[in-house]
Amino acid sequence: MSYRIGIDVGGTNTDAVVLDESDRLIAKTKTPTTEDVTGGIVTALEEVLGDEFDRTAVESVMLGTTHCTNAVTERRNLNQVGVIRVGAPATLAIRPLLEWPDDLVGAIGGHTTIVEGGHEFDGEPITDLDETAVREFCREKADVVDSVAVTSVFSPVRDDHERRVAELVREELGEEIPVSLSSEIGSVGLLERENATVLNAALTGVIREASTAFRTAMDRHDLDAQFYFGQNDGTLMGVDYAERYPIFTVACGPANSIRGAAYLSGLRDGIIIDVGGTTTDVGALSDGFPRESAVAVEIGGVKTNFRMPDLISIGLGGGSIVREEDGDVSVGPDSVGYELESEARCFGGSVTTATDVAIELGRASFGTTDPELRDELVAAVSDDIVERVERTIDEMKTSAGDVPVAVVGGGSILLPTELTGASEVDKPDHYDVANAIGAAIAQVSGHVDRVFSLDDQPREEALAEAKRLARQDAVEAGADPDTVEIVDLEEVPLSYLPGNAVRLRVQAAGDLRVEGEET
Amino acid sequence: MRELTSEHIESIATGAAVLGTGGGGDPHVGKLMAKQAIEKNGPVTLLDPEEVPDDALVVPSAMMGAPTVMLEKLPRGTEPVEAFEALERYVGQEAYATMSIEAGGLNSTIPLGVAATLDVPIVDADGMGRAFPEIPQTTLTLGGIDATPMSMADEKGNSLFLETVDNAWTETFSRSISVDMGGSAMIAIYSHTGAETKAHAIHGSLSLAEEIGRTIRTVDERAAAPIEVLAREFDGHHLFSGKVTDVKRRTTEGFAQGTATIEGLDAFDGHELTLEFQNEFLIAETEDEILATAPDLISIIEKETGQPVTTEELKYGYRVDVLGLECADPWRTAAGIELGGPAFFGYETEYVPIEQRAATSDIIHTPS
Repeated sequence: MSYRIGIDVGGTNTDAVVLDESDRLIAKTKTPTTEDVTGGIVTALEEVLGDEFDRTAVESVMLGTTHCTNAVTERRNLNQVGVIRVGAPATLAIRPLLEWPDDLVGAIGGHTTIVEGGHEFDGEPITDLDETAVREFCREKADVVDSVAVTSVFSPVRDDHERRVAELVREELGEEIPVSLSSEIGSVGLLERENATVLNAALTGVIREASTAFRTAMDRHDLDAQFYFGQNDGTLMGVDYAERYPIFTVACGPANSIRGAAYLSGLRDGIIIDVGGTTTDVGALSDGFPRESAVAVEIGGVKTNFRMPDLISIGLGGGSIVREEDGDVSVGPDSVGYELESEARCFGGSVTTATDVAIELGRASFGTTDPELRDELVAAVSDDIVERVERTIDEMKTSAGDVPVAVVGGGSILLPTELTGASEVDKPDHYDVANAIGAAIAQVSGHVDRVFSLDDQPREEALAEAKRLARQDAVEAGADPDTVEIVDLEEVPLSYLPGNAVRLRVQAAGDLRVEGEET
Repeated sequence: MRELTSEHIESIATGAAVLGTGGGGDPHVGKLMAKQAIEKNGPVTLLDPEEVPDDALVVPSAMMGAPTVMLEKLPRGTEPVEAFEALERYVGQEAYATMSIEAGGLNSTIPLGVAATLDVPIVDADGMGRAFPEIPQTTLTLGGIDATPMSMADEKGNSLFLETVDNAWTETFSRSISVDMGGSAMIAIYSHTGAETKAHAIHGSLSLAEEIGRTIRTVDERAAAPIEVLAREFDGHHLFSGKVTDVKRRTTEGFAQGTATIEGLDAFDGHELTLEFQNEFLIAETEDEILATAPDLISIIEKETGQPVTTEELKYGYRVDVLGLECADPWRTAAGIELGGPAFFGYETEYVPIEQRAATSDIIHTPS
């Protein structure tokens, strides 16, 4: 028998599960997330493995972590980034990092340049790449920057200039310097793609530290297993890949919940509601994977456009504080958080929480004392919670008609088993550790998001190339080539432009490659 | 005369998206260009049309082409200035001021960057009072002003001139040149005199955009719904409230055409609104009556925040309010209706001024 361990680090709790070969749950635990993140992970591993467990039977460990997210929001441990934009004489009107919060610019050093080069929408060069300017910038910043972010105009159409800049940077600053290329990270929309690329470059040190710390934690438990990071689309990436694309870990938590809920409920398409201690995330499941957001998403105050799950977050969770003022009842957005077991009425505390209301409604039975709430208050709070959730379900749907809903997360007790807009409401077993299960069952994915000109090549050829690139990307990320399948393909004609341009977005996914197997 | 700072530019960009009636391109890039130019050169002087001497030269500046290209190939920043200065050289006269060609979307913000960079004033006026897709669709055309001589400039330093027999030919030629320039170009166009600004431009456009934007940005959600505040303060009509239940899109000859369906909520419960759009929102009608058509302005705002919603953003589940604003008077002439009314866009609907429709409507709410 061999086992897999899934770990999900959340804002309040770190969850861990052990699954066997047939994905059966062998053990699960929930432990408070620690400030250094790693401490909570070590504890979770301790609790989930115990003393008896045969460590040698653990084949792989999957970690969904907030290390990178926290580093951006807290502006901590970020690299000094050399920001190279290739686009002059175009793009000079708006300098890099113009819209960034000052403290975040300060944290990454604000080292920027714009050099000549880049392409038109049809792939023709705007002008030659100014290699001398790239070299000069590198020499000037050689002692200052830890990593480099490169963004070239229309690189989703042609990435030659970005690749050449990467070569030049390595010649000047050494083979080891991490270089992030925008064409590998975001899509069309220069400023948002550049922002995502710079954040990625800022995080390469953080992800290395996280990975080293996690290795240490595994060693302490005598675990000699393959190790993967969870990413935003609910799939996994190997450590090498994660070190190149740390930004893809920032929304892995909700993505894992969606995948875990899909697995536990058997749903392939529908709405997933993850009720936590402070917030509720509502996401959509599309063919077993989280639906991607189509709009720019802000991270740490910066607009970005790389792949993120489409989510609506509402300030409602098990610990949400209930208030009554002048007959008006409100729930959240503030929460007692991890202090539920000392502050909430059902545990003898003095704060009325959403959990107390759920107990009065008979949706849960735990705690040490009767919350003793008035019926009108209970009814008002319950109506408010249900209305907000139903409204969010409606916003997440893409068409009229009821859809199946699965509810997971520790705060699932807040919700009834019937909701308007839902054809069914499923609260599967082990709902409380759905995110860790989502991490443990994840597959490995690959992506391509590029503009192809159908004047240059027939449509079938462009499709085949896009699929090939997505598969290749999945294999590079650690997938077994024999199991990789195309799971999503979107074709958007860009009709306002000549050249018969079409944007192809392809996602491929496959099972984890078993250790020792060559690609 | 007054000064516009970065803070004013923020409000103008938000308000311009309302006056853009769902189209006109994202004001974001133009806003950032203007803010960067103001950061470097100081605030912009805004002139009332009455402050412009009759014989002074006014040279409007704008961007044309695919707004999506501008989101990737950002401008150099100098090309709107080059187009502006090239036109000055061509007509042999120094410009007294610049102006916006359209009050909606991206082009409300582009001339602000020119004004800041060259330290020339900008006139508080525009050539539409809203956004429209084609070059001849301006009140300046209605006033008999030629779009040419027109200059076009790209980021590489190329600039060229057009002299055409009428404004329709200006559209034809400049559209294909903008493609050769990489999908977008900066232009100076419709140069005219101060007397003509007073007679044919729409006055107060930037101030109006700024006020609308400031109202949205400071709206207190608890006090009143944004739609109520906007309709009351800007002589507007609350046409509809509801949830978007369907959006159908089709692409025909480069225009993003579509139909959106909105199911009524609150006071509009039991009704359904159909919205026709082609870049901009053009016709709003329920099962029983037409509520508004172009050239009157139909804007969609997000119910809770009042933030304008573009035709591209519209999708199932959005809760929105529909705001109707009266178009500028020149659009209500026979020539104006021909150039900016439903028939121009291929619809058989007749144009009736929005306030006349409101007076007989059971559904439109007009605050007094």
